[in-house]
Amino acid sequence: MSGSMEFLLWTKGPMFNIAIAIFAIGLLVRIAEIFMLGRAKNFAEARAGEWGPGLRTMVTRTVADPGTFQRAPFNVVVGWVWHIGFLMALLLFLPHIALIESLTGLSWPALPNPVISLVTSVTLVALIATLVHRMTHPVKKRISTVEDYVVWAVVFAVVLTGWLAYYRLVNPYPLVLGMHILSAEIMLILLPFTKLTHIFTTFIARWYNGAAFGRKGVQS
Amino acid sequence: MSELTLERGLAAFRAEVDGPVAAFFSSCVHCGICAQACPFYLETGDPKYTPILKLEPLRRVWEADFTLWGKIKGLFGLNHKVTDEMLAEWEELLYDSCSMCGRCSMVCPVGNDLALMIRKSREGMVQAGHAPEGLIAASVRAIQTGSPMGLQWKTLAVQINHVQTSSGLEVPVDKEGAEYLVLLSSMEIINFPEYLEAITKIFDHAGVTWTLSTQCFEATNAGIQIGNKDIAAQLVERVVAAAEKLKVPKVISPECGHAFTAIRWEGPNLIGRPYPFKVFHIIEVLDELRAAGRIKTEGMETDRLSMHDPCNLARKSGVIQQQRNLMNLVAENFVELKEHGKFQWCCGAGGGVSSNERAEPLKMAAFKRKKAQIEEVNPERMVTMCATCRTQLEEGLEEFNMEIPVVGLTEMIAEHLVEKN
Repeated sequence: MSGSMEFLLWTKGPMFNIAIAIFAIGLLVRIAEIFMLGRAKNFAEARAGEWGPGLRTMVTRTVADPGTFQRAPFNVVVGWVWHIGFLMALLLFLPHIALIESLTGLSWPALPNPVISLVTSVTLVALIATLVHRMTHPVKKRISTVEDYVVWAVVFAVVLTGWLAYYRLVNPYPLVLGMHILSAEIMLILLPFTKLTHIFTTFIARWYNGAAFGRKGVQS
Repeated sequence: MSELTLERGLAAFRAEVDGPVAAFFSSCVHCGICAQACPFYLETGDPKYTPILKLEPLRRVWEADFTLWGKIKGLFGLNHKVTDEMLAEWEELLYDSCSMCGRCSMVCPVGNDLALMIRKSREGMVQAGHAPEGLIAASVRAIQTGSPMGLQWKTLAVQINHVQTSSGLEVPVDKEGAEYLVLLSSMEIINFPEYLEAITKIFDHAGVTWTLSTQCFEATNAGIQIGNKDIAAQLVERVVAAAEKLKVPKVISPECGHAFTAIRWEGPNLIGRPYPFKVFHIIEVLDELRAAGRIKTEGMETDRLSMHDPCNLARKSGVIQQQRNLMNLVAENFVELKEHGKFQWCCGAGGGVSSNERAEPLKMAAFKRKKAQIEEVNPERMVTMCATCRTQLEEGLEEFNMEIPVVGLTEMIAEHLVEKN
């Protein structure tokens, strides 16, 4: 028991600080890399401004166009389900809100625990579905790298350990809670160096896309 | 030209990495949705044609040289290197199986502009000596003769004579101070001479002053298709010089998709300065004339017509409504293909694919997507406004024994002009 308590305290203390530091510095570097590269001046006469279309694409690209949805419904729906499930569990579970409040002072109402546990279960199933899809769909199989599987495993571990901790399915409790926190920290550490960066950079990418098409008069 | 080497190729790849490229590669989650937008993947079923995979050489260069993590990995020799063998293998992926239609750029959930990155990658491919023979030959001909097909002014002069004889109208040549400088494409001059006659009639009808230039009549840009900025810039400079010499305020790009994106969007950036004139696609000009009431038509086409939007015109240049306004002017039974406008499907021949003889089987495979779209609405004729698309539609429909003639929109408008008294 005391060993697991020490482990939990380590994940909440020194390890948490290390993870936050690597995440923050790594992400800052990645974003700086993008903006310092910048874009060359565009001499072609624009049909429209860049900001409006860029900002619109940042939002609208979240939803697939009807044709793409018809051609890849599984990809689209499962992607949506697990992203929403993950975000709900992350942002609307009481202990998570308490953590965010202790760090930032901001807080908001939580969803009832049974709802979060249901959402988490659905997320786990959806994540397994994405893995099966990745390993079987010819395109995904062909383009997948070790990183894709590592990132999948870490994200899955975060959700799974959270779910196990909630149901107290592992004894002692501090051990499973510590595992949950540690896996979340590993995710934070990997974030700036893997495709997890998309959590932030997708909005930059979408803006560039929307701006490039927008100045030519097309809302992408 | 000095020797093309892997080192030069890598330097060219590096020179293409900018903020958007870094944002795009940082964001890819390998979801594979881009494949669902690619006619080359969809119609062959071969996952190697997944758009994001075609960009792997550029991605490797970005990761190794433009990211902290890549540099750390490099210290331990963990980066995947771009090799000559790799680029040889990727030549087919970056040229034969991509028309730069930009559909993948419209559907990528994280917002990656993949077509832009294909265009950039081709710069590296050329410098590394891995561009297709067909495109190299077209580029050399374009630089040496002014036309990617080796066509000379004397051929055009013969056509001008034909047009003047059959229409009884003058085709203005080297007329200083005209409102418009009209550019043509070699493909059009050879395959669709009716285009020149059509604009001659329409401009006479609308009272537009225009001119051709003996100094430069070619609008297409082989440098952009192969991916060489130096060649592309030289070809753009010829147009600029001709327009400046004739002091025209406006330049018209012909019924050709890539010629328009080349001169309209890439051109000023290739030469590093804005133009002293404006650039329009012929369809934009015709729609402006229509809106101003300067085109009077009579009679309507009564058969069932559908329309193919050229990628370069619609999705990549925002000319979408204009061709519909013109269709409605002369066609009473116009039916849209299901996915059209900015979400249209490529004919399969653009982006240099049609100049690359080796790519013929892939070009025909990609056409099957268009064919399926056409079968869905079952038109009696197809209308389009790009000579490359038109040739591909004609060849493709014939290949599949579908008796659907293809017509150019400009010609169709010319056929309905009210005769002058």
